[in-house]
Amino acid sequence: MTVRLTTVAPSPFRPAAEVALLLRERLGVEAAVVIDEAVFFVPPDDVGTTARRLRDDPALAFDYLRCLSAVDYVDYIEVVYHLLSLSQRQKAVMKVRLVEPDLTVDSVVGVWRGADWHEREAADLFGVAFRGHPNPRRLLLPDEFEGFPLRKSYPLAPLPSEDVGEEEQ
Amino acid sequence: MIEPGLQIVTADAADRVDITVNMGPQHPSTHGVFRMLLHVDGERITAVEPFIGYLHRGSEKLCEVETYRQIIPLFDRLDYLSAFNNELCFVLAVEKLLGLRVPERAAYTRIILCELNRIASHFMFFGAFGIDAGAMTPFMFGFRERERIQQVFESVSGARMMHNYFRPGGLNLDVPDDFVDNVRSLLPVLKRGLEDAHNLLTGNEIFLARTKGIGVISAQDAIDWSLSGPMLRASGVALDVRRDEPYSLYERFDFSIPVGDEGDCYDRYLVRMAEIEQSIRIVEQAIADFPGGPFLGAVPKLIRPPAGECYVRTENPRGELGVYLVSTGERRPYRVKVRGPSFVNLSAIQQLLVGSYLADAVLILGSIDIVLGEVDR
Repeated sequence: MTVRLTTVAPSPFRPAAEVALLLRERLGVEAAVVIDEAVFFVPPDDVGTTARRLRDDPALAFDYLRCLSAVDYVDYIEVVYHLLSLSQRQKAVMKVRLVEPDLTVDSVVGVWRGADWHEREAADLFGVAFRGHPNPRRLLLPDEFEGFPLRKSYPLAPLPSEDVGEEEQ
Repeated sequence: MIEPGLQIVTADAADRVDITVNMGPQHPSTHGVFRMLLHVDGERITAVEPFIGYLHRGSEKLCEVETYRQIIPLFDRLDYLSAFNNELCFVLAVEKLLGLRVPERAAYTRIILCELNRIASHFMFFGAFGIDAGAMTPFMFGFRERERIQQVFESVSGARMMHNYFRPGGLNLDVPDDFVDNVRSLLPVLKRGLEDAHNLLTGNEIFLARTKGIGVISAQDAIDWSLSGPMLRASGVALDVRRDEPYSLYERFDFSIPVGDEGDCYDRYLVRMAEIEQSIRIVEQAIADFPGGPFLGAVPKLIRPPAGECYVRTENPRGELGVYLVSTGERRPYRVKVRGPSFVNLSAIQQLLVGSYLADAVLILGSIDIVLGEVDR
């Protein structure tokens, strides 16, 4: 058998407040604690360099990208990176705000390859351009599709009216 | 007889020929509607271009126009082979924003159902993987065990697959009176089924030859590709959300995390088989002190979480399922992003297949254990 069983309980994740201090010390960013995560913002042009430092700095060592999402706040689009460090046992959330017409941000595929399809999806559904993505093809939608369906300006017909969705129970 | 115009490829020229082989989307061994273009040089794969989206239903957009309780059925339809696990992740996210406490009875029921769902899903993998390797019998065996589990699900939720059973704060209905007895009598059946499964494939020489050393991914690469679940653990990384960040009441249960060494198809298979054993252990402990009390906590009639956001992850049979939930305090979520484990694991196929034989492509794809409902969403 080449499978072993591990029963050792891992050390718990570092509290978000401590991660926020660490981020200020190592990156000079102001991180806020949201529920149990340290959340910080970076300017769009700094994403590539910050991502590299997040991964390569031994005190941060964020080697695992949990999730990459885009959110449309109408005035701007936010790209959210959920990060995890397996060796340092800590979590962090990096955010970047993009304002039209320049919805361009550095691709982080070179830092975390797991970002590949997440970025293509965000480009497909939100129209965010990831600079330097190795394969910027559409991911989910057909080639001839027009518009960015996950934007708030893209209606899902029919629009929800107030009486739709009577709560059960 | 050679048709006129047909080019005769000599051995010398064949060394330089790059042939593209199309696989899918309607290919029986792509486990759904998944297509890939394989560039091959002789029998070796040199590059892979995956195409997804054939099953894209816009689930995330739909979540923005449905109320919180209406979204639960949508989650059933993502990874339909482990619907309970999907529902759990979403209701946990809502509970986190609302700050809701879940009664013990509900938490235990959730754990029992999720672990049974994991076993059912892994038995399904066992069957499908057997077929990928060229064996028909495992499919019958896998489905036999899975069917017994489905019967329990049906007695609890009324549905075999799309359960719509978990609610923020607890459950939709209390479990039936014979639930614990049903589960208790199910466990020996599952243990025997697992033994049968091992006898059928685990030591089988043909199976070993087909899977050992095939589709290897190193721990470093697995982390880089953000793999999770059995895909990551087979490469030697002991990451399991149930133990790393216990949710529901997983911290109360005693179980181990199976971890592989080689990161090949065989280890991924073994890790899943060993996980069935551990899930049975968890279910045993859960029914041994199955608590009474209410099945639903104090939940407001209208679910309207305060403005805010959270990222909740749970350990699905296929890996880390994440829900990034943004609320603006309305009756509907502002944004729901689903980080599907199959979605991320499948993206690594661009590396996994390169360098292996064309004949192994089906097997390596099978070892990822994808569900396209969740890849495409």
